[in-house]
Amino acid sequence: MPKIVFTEPGGGRREIEAPLGITLMEAARQHGVQGVVAQCGGACACATCHVYVDPAWLARLEPREEMEEAMLETAWEPRDNSRLSCQIHITADLDGMPVTVPQRQGQG
Amino acid sequence: MISTILIIGGGQAGAQAIDTLRREGFAGRLVLIGDEPELPYQRPPLSKKYLSGEMAADRLPFRHRAFYDEHRVELKLGKRAVRLDAAARQVTLADGENLTYDRLLLCLGAESRRLNCPGATLPGVHYLRGLIDVPPIQAGLKPQARIVIIGGGYIGLEAAATARKMGCEVTVLEMADRLMNRVVAPSVSRYFAEEHRAHGVNIICDTRVVHLAGQGRIERVVCADGGSHAADLVIVGVGAIATTELASAAGLACDNGIVVDEYCRTGDAAIYAAGDCTNHPSLHFGRRVRLESVDNAFEQAKAAALNLMDRSVAHDRVPWFWSDQFDNKLLIVGLSQDHDGQVLRGDPASRSFSVCYLKGRELLAVEAVNHSKDYMAARKLIADRTLLNVDKLADSAIALKEAI
Repeated sequence: MPKIVFTEPGGGRREIEAPLGITLMEAARQHGVQGVVAQCGGACACATCHVYVDPAWLARLEPREEMEEAMLETAWEPRDNSRLSCQIHITADLDGMPVTVPQRQGQG
Repeated sequence: MISTILIIGGGQAGAQAIDTLRREGFAGRLVLIGDEPELPYQRPPLSKKYLSGEMAADRLPFRHRAFYDEHRVELKLGKRAVRLDAAARQVTLADGENLTYDRLLLCLGAESRRLNCPGATLPGVHYLRGLIDVPPIQAGLKPQARIVIIGGGYIGLEAAATARKMGCEVTVLEMADRLMNRVVAPSVSRYFAEEHRAHGVNIICDTRVVHLAGQGRIERVVCADGGSHAADLVIVGVGAIATTELASAAGLACDNGIVVDEYCRTGDAAIYAAGDCTNHPSLHFGRRVRLESVDNAFEQAKAAALNLMDRSVAHDRVPWFWSDQFDNKLLIVGLSQDHDGQVLRGDPASRSFSVCYLKGRELLAVEAVNHSKDYMAARKLIADRTLLNVDKLADSAIALKEAI
């Protein structure tokens, strides 16, 4: 099972096992990774599962779609490597991917 | 000293309260009582991807069991609280167990409004609220099966879209003159009616169901206008009622929900409530509301958890809602009831538009159809009470956030 390495808002490091076929948000939430709020549960309706993906790994992800772009625009401190974790599907080649959770979720 | 907090109800609100209590430092005994046997899980997929089978059951729970163990949460699942003795600060479960508390949080949710016309209890007539409701519905959603949906609200229409995608012949019967009439503008109703019809759903408004007929099982749905609709399976989605029996029997004030203040307090100093079961003040909109919403359950439970620990935090949020039907996403933010003006942004024919509700120049609510940008901008503009430029607002070429 791929492992994802989260850095939580407090600076804590959490390595979790993420089953194939679910989303990064679901894996984080089930394990209780701090700061991945994911209020809408993956409907792309709240932008509270915002994460920063290690730039070296971005190319392995499907690019952002228009809806995700629109949601991220008003997220708290969006960056070039910002993603909504509900839009990232776990695949084998994400094993070891470092992901940082922002200090806050919601609007900036 | 608050040493024991009891939460009754394992839905969105109960699960969130646990999370907030532990993350914010409550170190005492924490007990979650839920009448469903499953770990707290998400309900929205039940009418969408879980119903269609696209989403596996193990994706529904908010957290793994290990999370509750790690955070020392005593889970009493599949147990029903049958009595609340507020004076003794004691809750009795159906199996006879008594639990005492220092603080109690009621997250009782809501239950489906039932039909009471003749034939309403025939086999094959279903409601969709919890996981237990799904398998018998799923078993009937076969290609060409004739599915009649009573009620053209969120759940009815989401179920209609799902059933249609699974190849069923679907009819939706709505009593009002348009779909989702209590929650969206006529232009949005019209858009969704057209979308459903384009996908082959038979939408019939202005019709009142008077009889569910069948020999030992549902066969037809009969309406007051004489319409008779052949049905292999019926799904009823005619609204929900706050679950309040436990609270009202304990003497707590209930009026379309358990009455709480902005700190989620009931009239009993040790008892709080959050989520769909509450009648609470919306500070932003200046009136009392009862909301059936994931967002409200989440935010109100968060506030309740902090107040349970005597950290005074008012629940003061602008609510939002969403619905997925076919490939359309409806996003709603705010409450439109007191508006005195309405502005349509964009052309419904483009499949992406929004309806903005104004009071004077203040934005009260936005219904966005496939328009996440307007929705996200509106969340901020409404919360901040930003005054808008109505001419700019009507020009959909100008971003909503710039219409000031």
